[in-house]
Amino acid sequence: MMRYDLMIDFWRRFLRNKGAVLGLGILLIVFLLAALAPLLYSYSPWSMVQRPFLPPFDREGFLFGTDTLGRDIGAGLAFGAQISLLVGVVSTLVALAIGVILGAFAGYYGGLLDHALMRFTEFFQTIPSFALAIVLVAIFQPSTVSVIIAIGVVSWPPVARLVRGEFLSLRSREFVQASVVLGQRNTKIIVSQILPNTLSPVIVMASLMVAQAILLESSLSFLGLGDPNTMSWGYMIGAARSVIRQAWWMSFFPGMAILLTVLSLNLVGEGLNDALNPHLARKGR
Amino acid sequence: MARAGQTFSFLLRSSFLWCDVNKLVFIGKRLIQAVFVLLFIVVLNFFLIRAAPGDPAQVMAGEAGAGDEAYVEQLREKFGLDRPLHEQLFRYVGGIITLDMGYSYRQEQPVAKLIFERLPATLLLTGAAFLVSILLGVLLGALAAARVGRWADSLITVVALIFYATPLFWIALMAVLLFSVQLGWLPGFGMETVGAGLHGLAHSLDIVKHLILPSLTLGLFFMAIYARMTRASMLEVVDLDFVKTAKAKGVHPGRIWRVHVLRNAILPVVTLAGIQAGQLVGGAVLTETVFAWPGIGRLMFDALLQRDYNLLLGVFFISSAMVILFNLVTDFFYTLVDPRIELK
Repeated sequence: MMRYDLMIDFWRRFLRNKGAVLGLGILLIVFLLAALAPLLYSYSPWSMVQRPFLPPFDREGFLFGTDTLGRDIGAGLAFGAQISLLVGVVSTLVALAIGVILGAFAGYYGGLLDHALMRFTEFFQTIPSFALAIVLVAIFQPSTVSVIIAIGVVSWPPVARLVRGEFLSLRSREFVQASVVLGQRNTKIIVSQILPNTLSPVIVMASLMVAQAILLESSLSFLGLGDPNTMSWGYMIGAARSVIRQAWWMSFFPGMAILLTVLSLNLVGEGLNDALNPHLARKGR
Repeated sequence: MARAGQTFSFLLRSSFLWCDVNKLVFIGKRLIQAVFVLLFIVVLNFFLIRAAPGDPAQVMAGEAGAGDEAYVEQLREKFGLDRPLHEQLFRYVGGIITLDMGYSYRQEQPVAKLIFERLPATLLLTGAAFLVSILLGVLLGALAAARVGRWADSLITVVALIFYATPLFWIALMAVLLFSVQLGWLPGFGMETVGAGLHGLAHSLDIVKHLILPSLTLGLFFMAIYARMTRASMLEVVDLDFVKTAKAKGVHPGRIWRVHVLRNAILPVVTLAGIQAGQLVGGAVLTETVFAWPGIGRLMFDALLQRDYNLLLGVFFISSAMVILFNLVTDFFYTLVDPRIELK
């Protein structure tokens, strides 16, 4: 659907941002690590494969050392990448679904519906989001699904506000008025006329939301609210917290993994912003 | 002389606000809205407690060590759990209004008592973190904007980018490792030296020493946001006409930055401060857990470990109420800072 020269233009702008290229590189590595985890490590990240408290760079094949139970930290990092990316992307999709639907209806129909939906959005924005996520996961029991839903439920309000704003300004444009005159149904106008025009800011916001979702997921699993059957970076740090004085590496490496992944997503988000909203990208770079 | 005149006119304007009917209506509306939000959270809390695993009466009976049906029935009657749902809801809302948030069967104390004992520690921590983040953030952002394109700007931008991506609980652990374990400069555990028996000034200093690492690590993430925001906002303002006019009039550059640019660029930062309040409370759970800080965040973590749902939701309610209160204050502050603000 997108024209070829537009694609080239997009990449030209994206690649001009050095940070974005670096971010894309790191992100690619994290993605490969997650995808190839079962090939890189023949054993599960839960299995005890070496003596406990093995320092990093000490033994062949155990670059990152082992944890308090002799589990390979390298394997934990690789398999943890899977859950971080999965939760980050899927919970963002959940938030996008809620936010786009509510924002589109509020902005398109306006009036009382808009008022009601925006008060509802403000309400969710006022509640401390991390505290709400903790409560939701604790009450509905920790699992990958409950974590994803909790993060989605606390992250949609900014999407709704953004989409509403776009809809408000696009609704009065000529091409939309033309569709109204042609007698197109409202849902069709919303989905096929206006929505595609709101995509660029939504995509930029989504990439930054994935980063925040990964931070949230790691914080939840640090508190012991992750899926008990899945190895995650936050869990690794939480489990190593009590031995931080003896074994720095057990919490250092997973933390670096979170930092680099989140950083790379933020950088890519800025690059997308440059490439998709060129008129906004001039200032302050 | 000119400055005194300016201050006077500002004071005059802000006192004028008090007589302004529009602003009073605005504040009144905000208050009513806040009450509604609070009520909504209470109702949400009620249903979440009902959704928690385990029949509350059975859990209570289990805690008391008596599992027989008759006792469970008795408990049900005593706490009104056999009543219809809407009656229970009214009872619950009524309880919250009188600050009765139920009983923590694990800690064997009323939830409200547990929370209010711990609240001052959290207010101290989040207050300190808030100040650190906003002061350092605005300062660094302003510095970066004033030196745009130079090395100081690049450095600040990169540092802000990194802190914005750093997990709060991890940087807290690393700070403990470096400053407490390796260097031994600062305490990384608790709010005061246990058993030191300090009084007066020595006691306060001891608390300040314990406060440094937790408040800095809690504030770093927001410092990064403030720095980025202030920088962007200042660069936006610097191109506006009134700044050009000031330059053309030959106003001293330092004064332009301070009075014309920063003052106008600060508005988005004030908006952000309201949003930050909510996140600080969440962040406090992580920070207090790492530093064993005796506040409500740590209480929430304990409630999590013990699956103490009454306590968990009590902390959730109080932290939401704190955020709403803080948002009211920011709204009010906003009307003072920006005389142009449109009040709807």
